[in-house]
Amino acid sequence: MPILRIPTPLRSYTDGQIEVRVDGRNIGEAMEALVAKYPTLKPHLYNGDGRLRPFVNLFISEHNMKDLDGLSTPVEPDTRVLLVPSIAGGRG
Amino acid sequence: MTRSVLPGLTRDEILRYSRHLLIPDVGLDGQRKLKGSSALIIGTGGLGSPVALYLAAAGIGRLGLVDYDVVDASNLQRQVIHGTGAVGLLKVESARARLLDLNPEVEVEVYNEAFTSANAMQIAGDYDIILDGTDNFPTRYLTNDVAVFLGKPNVYASIYRFDGQVSVFDARRGPCYRCLFPEPPPPGLVPSCAEGGVLGVLPGTIGTIQATEALKVLLDIGDPLIGRLLLYDALDMSFEVVKLKKNPKCRVCGPAADIKELIDYEEFCGVPSHDHATDTGRPGLGITALELKDRLSQNDLILLDVREPHELEISNLPHSVNIPLGSLAARLAELDSAREMVVFCKSGTRSLRALELLASAGFKKVKNLEGGINAWAREVDTSMPIY
Repeated sequence: MPILRIPTPLRSYTDGQIEVRVDGRNIGEAMEALVAKYPTLKPHLYNGDGRLRPFVNLFISEHNMKDLDGLSTPVEPDTRVLLVPSIAGGRG
Repeated sequence: MTRSVLPGLTRDEILRYSRHLLIPDVGLDGQRKLKGSSALIIGTGGLGSPVALYLAAAGIGRLGLVDYDVVDASNLQRQVIHGTGAVGLLKVESARARLLDLNPEVEVEVYNEAFTSANAMQIAGDYDIILDGTDNFPTRYLTNDVAVFLGKPNVYASIYRFDGQVSVFDARRGPCYRCLFPEPPPPGLVPSCAEGGVLGVLPGTIGTIQATEALKVLLDIGDPLIGRLLLYDALDMSFEVVKLKKNPKCRVCGPAADIKELIDYEEFCGVPSHDHATDTGRPGLGITALELKDRLSQNDLILLDVREPHELEISNLPHSVNIPLGSLAARLAELDSAREMVVFCKSGTRSLRALELLASAGFKKVKNLEGGINAWAREVDTSMPIY
């Protein structure tokens, strides 16, 4: 089961879980399993048309999924996937 | 850097910078490079505080500070450039005084104005490097585009609660901010530090790394975070570095870029370029604290508090119902859409999002408490704490 690492802004939707193990043979399946487990997370990660929002990046072993095979990128049982959203804080 | 002939160091400066001069990678030439350099710091708050302090101490010859805010007591938990005596003063003036006390050899230019499409190119054009310490998406995209158009490095950092991100975006040598984040999140989806909070020491950690990267770029030493993004989690005390590539479809730095000049960034992001809650949404949907006080005698009114449960320990309105914004969509059935409702949060930002959600679910008798419970504490119950 791949491990998805949840960033702070989204942890309130995963019951505070920092890392979540889900089923999936590729990133797309793992993400679907994540939002199936935590449905309130879905609108934060997916557009209304079911596509992953552009401000969310997924990294596997240092590489952006966009530079690999996108959502079809295969994941192994212990693959760690980092969810990296844009955050804006700094001045305030 | 700016000057073709590097400035010399005075006897006093040689003593002041002696620990730098002892490092072979810096040395006398490096210190003269720093003296001949200039850096523009966008924002004089959480990140801008350590950035400005360390760059001034390091002997950058000229620092520019952009901020239009005044120092507030709630800033002091993390904005260490400002002291208690500076509350109420302009941030740029408070910061300048502190920097000149720290290092009178440094020239400090201040811009007491918002960084906007109208002034950004002119302000930034005069500096070697830009440091992004802003707090909102419009200014982040603006800062990125300015850096790309001017061909300058943009030392980026961003923070939220316990998380930090740092990178050096230099479109001449690697990706830019838009390569990583082509579009901002929809309004309201990513909370600001003003709403979500931030660990006070976090901007210290992240801002210090940002200043480190700026010094490396200016000195042309080491391996700056160009093409890499540093991710910091203070809770785990973990640092991770991921690789970033140029996005061939990038709209500002890609081969087919279609954005050739600065745009309206507030329109692009759908939010104002600040995180203070002043927007009350559609006309007629706001209610002031004083108006609410008069309305409270009507027993049919629902007071909906969309803050997080732990915030209720700070301040609370009697007879209110607490449903945090994040779980509101799933708990709409608990609310009676036939009754009038006033929604509130800390300062009016989250409640505005709740209002939109309720309106889309068919609730028609809903109003937003302008300025949130903090406005109630200011205008109605002055014994209530403001946070």
